[in-house]
This record gives sequence, C-alpha cells and structure tokens, in this order.
Amino acid sequence: MSTLPSPTSTHSALRWAFSDVLTMARRNLLALFRIPVAIVFMIIQPIMFVLLFRYVFGGIIRIPHVSYVNYLIPGILVQTTMFGSVGTAIGLAEDLQKGLIERFRALPMARLAVLAGRTVSDLFRNLLVLVIITGVGFLVGFRPHGGFAAYIQACLLMLLFAYCLSWGFAFIGLAAPNSEAAQAITFPLIFPLAFASAIFVPVSSMPGWLQPFAYNQPVSQTADAVRGLMLGTPHGQSSWIALAWAFGALLVLAPLAVNKYRKVA
Amino acid sequence: MPEYAVEALNIVRTFSAGDVRALDDVTLRVPTGQVFGLLGPNGSGKTTMVRILATILTPSSGSATVAGFDVVKQPNQVRRRIGLAGQSATVDENLTGLENLRMVGLLNHLNKSYVVAKSVQLLNDFGLADAGNRITKTYSGGMRRRLDLAAALVASPPILFLDEPTTGLDPQSRQDLWGIIERLVEGGTTVLLTTQYLEEADRLAKQLVVLNHGKIIAEGTSQELKEQMGATVLALTFSSTGDALRAQPLLADLSIQPANIEGSVLEMTVDNGPSVTADALRRIDSAGIILNGLALREPSLDDVFLNLTGHRAEDIDVETPIETGRRGRRKSNA
Repeated sequence: MSTLPSPTSTHSALRWAFSDVLTMARRNLLALFRIPVAIVFMIIQPIMFVLLFRYVFGGIIRIPHVSYVNYLIPGILVQTTMFGSVGTAIGLAEDLQKGLIERFRALPMARLAVLAGRTVSDLFRNLLVLVIITGVGFLVGFRPHGGFAAYIQACLLMLLFAYCLSWGFAFIGLAAPNSEAAQAITFPLIFPLAFASAIFVPVSSMPGWLQPFAYNQPVSQTADAVRGLMLGTPHGQSSWIALAWAFGALLVLAPLAVNKYRKVA
Repeated sequence: MPEYAVEALNIVRTFSAGDVRALDDVTLRVPTGQVFGLLGPNGSGKTTMVRILATILTPSSGSATVAGFDVVKQPNQVRRRIGLAGQSATVDENLTGLENLRMVGLLNHLNKSYVVAKSVQLLNDFGLADAGNRITKTYSGGMRRRLDLAAALVASPPILFLDEPTTGLDPQSRQDLWGIIERLVEGGTTVLLTTQYLEEADRLAKQLVVLNHGKIIAEGTSQELKEQMGATVLALTFSSTGDALRAQPLLADLSIQPANIEGSVLEMTVDNGPSVTADALRRIDSAGIILNGLALREPSLDDVFLNLTGHRAEDIDVETPIETGRRGRRKSNA
C-alpha cells in the first residue's frame, strides 16, 4: 500500500465532518467580507422597507393597543431573515456554475459539508443583518418591552426559521441552471409567504378568502411569535407552531437538498 | 503501489437517458510513475473519463481502480490519493491564492501547520509567491492554472489527473507548466494527462491512447503510433492556394490517402519518400506550376490523427457537445 508523505491528523469521521463544515463556512464568510458592496446590498432592501412602512404607509395603518412602529419592526426582522436565506440558493448555484462543486467532490471531505457549510455561513450572515436592522429599528422609534431574554428568544426563533428554510433554497440552488435563475425561481415562492402574512398588517384586515392562508402559514406564525416575545404581549400558541413549522420544514427540505446534491455532478 | 496506478476496464458512460454514449467500452492501464496521455478532440470523452476516475461521476458500466481502490466502492480512499487540475477543477476567485491552497489542504484533512508550510512552498515553486495574498480574481490565466495545479498538489497525491492543463494558455505559460509536470514525474508522480494538443502529448506522454467519439481508436507510445503510419509526409509549398489545387489532381495517385491542402501547402502521405518526391517534382514542372518549397518529414501525431479519424484533431469543436455536461457549465475552450 502506498505511504502518504503528508502528515494526516487522526480525528474521528465525525470530527472531520465538523471541521469540513467550518472550513467551508469560513470560506463563504471570507468571500462575503471581501465584497463590502454585497453587505450594503444585503441591508439596503430591509432599510428601504423600514422607511417605506414607517414613514410612507405607516400613517394610515392603525393597530389596536400598539404603535405601528412596534408592530412593524419585528415583522421586518422576520422578513429580512427569510429573504436572507435566499442567499443559500444563489451561493450554491454560483459554486456549481463555476465548477467549484466539482473540485469539492474530488476531495476526501464530508459530502454534507458543502451544504452544511453554506447554510451555516448564511446563518451567520443573517445574524449580522439582523443586528444591523435591529439598530435601524431603534433609530426609527422601535421600543420593545418584552425583556432581554424574550428578545433573544425571538431572534433565535426567526434565525432558526430562516436556517431551516435555507435548506429548501439549497435545493433550488442545486436544481437551477444558474444563479440568476435560482434568484428568479425563489421570488414567486417567497412573495406570497412574505406579503400575505402578518408581517406588515394584521391578518384580520385582509379579505375573508385570504385569511385562512394568511393566518396559518409559517411566516405569520413566526411573525406573531417574534412580535409577542419582543413586545411582551400575548401570542397564543404561535411560538410552538412556528417551532413546529421550522423543524417540519427542515425534516422535509434537508433530505431533498442532500438528495439533489448527490445527483448533481 | 500496484503495478498500474489507474486501471479502467470496459468503461461505458451514457448521458441523457442513454442517448449519448460519452464513453463506449474504454479500457486503460496507466503504469505507475509516468505520464500517460489521453488524446482526442473536444467531445471525444476525455473529460468524462477523468471525472469517472476522480470519483465525480460513476460509470454506467465497467469498473475502475485508482491506486488499487475501486472508484465506485471506495471513493474516499481514491480521493485521498489523487489530485485533479485542469478544466474540470477550478479555484475560488473570491479567495487569495494562499487561502485557496489552505482550504484544499484542510479539506484533505491535513494538519494546519503542515498545510500552511506546504502552501507557501508551492506558491514559491510555481512563481506565485508575490501573488499569494492577492484575490485570485486578479490572476492571469496562466497564474490561475498554476494555482489550480498547486491546489491539486497540496496533499502530495501520488496520482495526478490533469485535464487539458494548458488549453487556452500562451506558449510561455504552456512551457512553464510542461516543466512543472516533468519535474513531478521525476519525483515519482503518476500523471494522467488529457490533451487535444498533439505536441503536448508527444513531449510529455510515454504512452498514449487516442479517443474519438468515446472509443479508443489507437494506443501505444507516440513512436509506435507514428510507425503504425509506416509512411512519410511530403509537404509542397506553392505560391498560392490555386496552384496547390491545380497540382492536387496531378499527384493524387502518389498519395496513399487523400492529400490535404492548408493555405498554399499541399500535404501527401507517401510510401517511398525520395522516389515519389522526384516523380512529383517532374509532374509539377511539366504542368508549369511553380514550387516555392518542399519538405519531407516523419509523420507527426497530427498526421496520425488525420489518418485515424479522417479529420484534424483541433477543428471539430462544435460537432459533439458530449463534454459540455449538464447545464452547459463547461465551456469548450479550444
């Protein structure tokens, strides 16, 4: 048998898989910080939504028992993290297009690390954007009273939701012919989830035929839970329902993405 | 090391639900410690073969071992012993040269301090020391190829797959890369090289296989392939293409296969060089055609290819899209 001249460490397979995920995540984050413009583009859209709804439409929206800015910002945060997870599709489609996935496939690395590394780095990016947009929210008058612990819980909940969703976008990124197409495919999928939801206005203000969908869909449940936690207002079972949606999505979407990755060559 | 670094038996690979046979019953045996050339035009199946051996694709039927390990059943054992560079490998353009090498080293599960030392050494060896901390987006084509090759070498693999490593490079970069490949082989590395440049195969490869439309159409050393031709090439240079065309019918019976005209040069494959030359000169002279130059030479691999396939190696790019793979990601960069 051949002897390899290079010193290979002797970790277990699981530790190597973990190390591979970190290596891949680090690579994605390095690329992200290399292009400062990319970060600007990531936060510019949510900032525009904040300004648009706070100062343009906000004046005519009346919500009982709560100021509109307090209603709006938790919703915007959920929308921002959800839109952020679309980056998973674009990043993977680009890697595939440029032939990087091919290089990774010929390396003795854990197979799952390409997908896991991508979703983990996108989670970090989402955390960064979440912090920035929270700051913007405070600047325009957002004043939550739910307490620090509940605020952190709310952040974890929406990051978890976005993370689970990013496995679905991983599938789209691998299935799309290129990154532009990946982006185009995701838009009609997330549009109804984002706008027929409790993100900007209460579902009760929508037409009757739309309410059942708008009320029960995962983005509304997540937004209700996040808002309730941040503002310290009752939010029923929505935290649990949001958690169930997130894990349910992960259970369905992750195997889909992994299976697609195996077939892409 | 087993006797053969790479052994592929009766490999068949079909695409598009069996409609396209990219590889059709290909058997290869690559001896350890030398350069083995896989020669063929675009779409001949070279890249598909490399992707199968590098465990990126699985064969539709047939089997292959690399360093003694089965590419389908023991892919991770194979991956630990190979390096892949060329058109199917690539560098991450958002990372620096050093970061690229570091990433590949860590994904090969080498320890960190070793990876950094080895990466710096490779950057030095390949003339990239100054560019090591620059983002590879700013690299020239030649620098990218050298970095790509360096990345394939971080783990010091005993077997290297080079898929058209010099396609699209300028002559100087090509010479540099050839030098690097020769030094690697002196150091004991086995190289499977695919190329559409006959000059490259002639210079580097000890043994050759010629692929066309997924089938092996010839194999042997380049000397054997030339001898197989058993003929010499007579090249006649006229003052114009018109003259070459006028001369062609007069000389048709002297050539053992259809003569070939490129510009004002008429090339014929002849059995008995000197006597045929004298005959040809007489006929041209009596027809009143002026001859500008004359050369009699041993057949090149290009001639061999022409002889085997009926066309030149480098002029059929668009005909067979087999190697573009799904999604058309791979550009056919001739």
